[in-house]
Amino acid sequence: MSAAAVFFYAFAALAVAGGLGMVLNVRNTVAGAMSLVLTMVALGGVYVLLEAYLVGVLQILVYAGAIVVLFLFVVMLLNLRGEAFGPERQGFAKVLGVAVVAVLLAEFVWLLPGAFGAPATPPEGFGGYRAVGLALFTDWLLAFEVTSLLLLAAMVGAVVLAKRSIE
Amino acid sequence: MAVPLEHVIALSGLLFAIGAAGALARRNLIVILMSIELMLNAVNLALVGFSRQWGDVAGQIFVLMVIVVAAAEVTVGLGIVIALFRNRETVDVEDASLLRW
Amino acid sequence: MIVEVVVKMLFIVLVMMGLFLPLITWVERKQAAIMQDRIGANRADIAGIRAIGLLHPAADVLKLLTKEDVVPRGANRVLHLLAPVISIVPAIVTLAVIPFGGRYRFGDTTLNLVVADIDWGMLYVLAVGSIATYGAVIAGWASNNNWSLLGSMRASSQMISYEVTMGLSIVGLFMVYGTLRLPEMAAAQDHTFRLLGFLELFGWVERLPGWLDWLRLPAWGIFLQPLGFILFLTCIMAENKRPPFDAPEGESEIIAGYHMEYSGMRFGLFYTAEFLEVPVIGALVATLFFGGWAIPWLSQETLVAGVTPAFGAGFATGLCLLLHVVSFLVKVVALVWLQMLIRWTLPRMRYDQVMDLCWKAILPLSLANVFVTGGLILLVERLR
Repeated sequence: MSAAAVFFYAFAALAVAGGLGMVLNVRNTVAGAMSLVLTMVALGGVYVLLEAYLVGVLQILVYAGAIVVLFLFVVMLLNLRGEAFGPERQGFAKVLGVAVVAVLLAEFVWLLPGAFGAPATPPEGFGGYRAVGLALFTDWLLAFEVTSLLLLAAMVGAVVLAKRSIE
Repeated sequence: MAVPLEHVIALSGLLFAIGAAGALARRNLIVILMSIELMLNAVNLALVGFSRQWGDVAGQIFVLMVIVVAAAEVTVGLGIVIALFRNRETVDVEDASLLRW
Repeated sequence: MIVEVVVKMLFIVLVMMGLFLPLITWVERKQAAIMQDRIGANRADIAGIRAIGLLHPAADVLKLLTKEDVVPRGANRVLHLLAPVISIVPAIVTLAVIPFGGRYRFGDTTLNLVVADIDWGMLYVLAVGSIATYGAVIAGWASNNNWSLLGSMRASSQMISYEVTMGLSIVGLFMVYGTLRLPEMAAAQDHTFRLLGFLELFGWVERLPGWLDWLRLPAWGIFLQPLGFILFLTCIMAENKRPPFDAPEGESEIIAGYHMEYSGMRFGLFYTAEFLEVPVIGALVATLFFGGWAIPWLSQETLVAGVTPAFGAGFATGLCLLLHVVSFLVKVVALVWLQMLIRWTLPRMRYDQVMDLCWKAILPLSLANVFVTGGLILLVERLR
């Protein structure tokens, strides 16, 4: 196995461990959020291995560095302690969960192998900030401008929702 | 590419399943939101994998859009959580299910 | 290849952590003392030799190592230990992309004096800087203490606000040099440009008189982006909670804020992280705005071409390498001095003043900087 493959499996294991740590952690929401950070950073590493450099570094900068901090803010602001919650939803959800994972595993083992051919050789500078930036500002300019409007709407919405009273 | 695309998609599927299980099975609204984030990340991983497979940068543009949408959704979602907490003193979704059957 | 990377890593880590870090604590005390017209700490001695207080850093380390590591009751032990670790890692890891020398050709091998020459070097610095937020966030929560939580909330909101403006204030610099790669940016600052060249460019003068041609400035970031320099220095000092932006660890208000419940070597890690940031900030600002390893008015080509006839090409390149590394260290020392000067001159800013400064002053100014820089670049391109 090449070094890159070893790194990929290591990051994959970390990502799954972080995900499980976040979902299974009943008592401590902050520890769950830190597990999510572990997943995000591991996925950032996977993106870099897949030659998506700009997306990888933006994943760490935006997702791990800002979005999960926002989660932590709210948990700390509302001073939520884990013991406040009783037993989680039983029965039905667990059966559903096991069924979904079983279906996925079947899919991975029987359908996926050999489904895709060899990867295409990417053009020069693929995944770097120049190629992505150029595409973003020429072909996908409309999407880019619309996301700026979306962010403005989200900002206004968050301020309005979190205000104490509308005056 | 470091590993065959099947492995990347398998990881993406696994993370999506974990996120979906978390969103369905947990009662804490903040953990539900974090599980949704995990699902969005799984989708991003699949997009990046395919972008590398076909050598098309459009997949990564899509990922940037998904990251932006996730950021906006988290912002508003946490605003809702704060508003809910202010009214009910709880973020347990079982206690905020008045409109259900 | 691996050996080369390991040697470079050892060099920069040993110089930064082994040489600069103990000196920074000494510089902090002595510079404060000189600025405040007193003597400063000079009592630590080994068998009577006092060495003007240079043994105090060693005394500090011994003290921190031998103190008891107290974890408060009700605190989360894992997170309590994790927080200082998360704090110190970004400080060290940022050094991986900072060039402490240029590219040198010795025969058929090229030596590039940077540990990791990644294409998106500056984005990497911003990304690891954003991870540093978690150290402050977790420290306050894990201490099970109201004052720690308060300091931690202040710290995290300050850090994420200044991250945004930190990125925006150097966008102008990226536009001017056309690259995110730090070694390339330092190499681009190795040249000089005519100070009055704009007269010729705008067509106001046909050709500059020959005697004005020698009036050149090195193409440093500070001359090409002066506003960017001021904004970036402010933002990065606020990001690392250096005074005057140290409201989160307000020693007189909330008793050390999120550091409060940390003792012994855990506090030692926070302490090290904060003091290691000082030369790292110095190195980063030197690379971006002060030409990094470049010697002003003496570019690498001129130096090598000048020395080669007398001593040979290998010696010339080696001398160049040495002079460049020395030049880089001199700039780092100067910027450390500048940060200490700012620290001991300005009083602490109130927390709401800190946030106002970021969102109401620095953000609009950095956006204006981007627009003006873009406009000027287009204008110069059109006129060429």
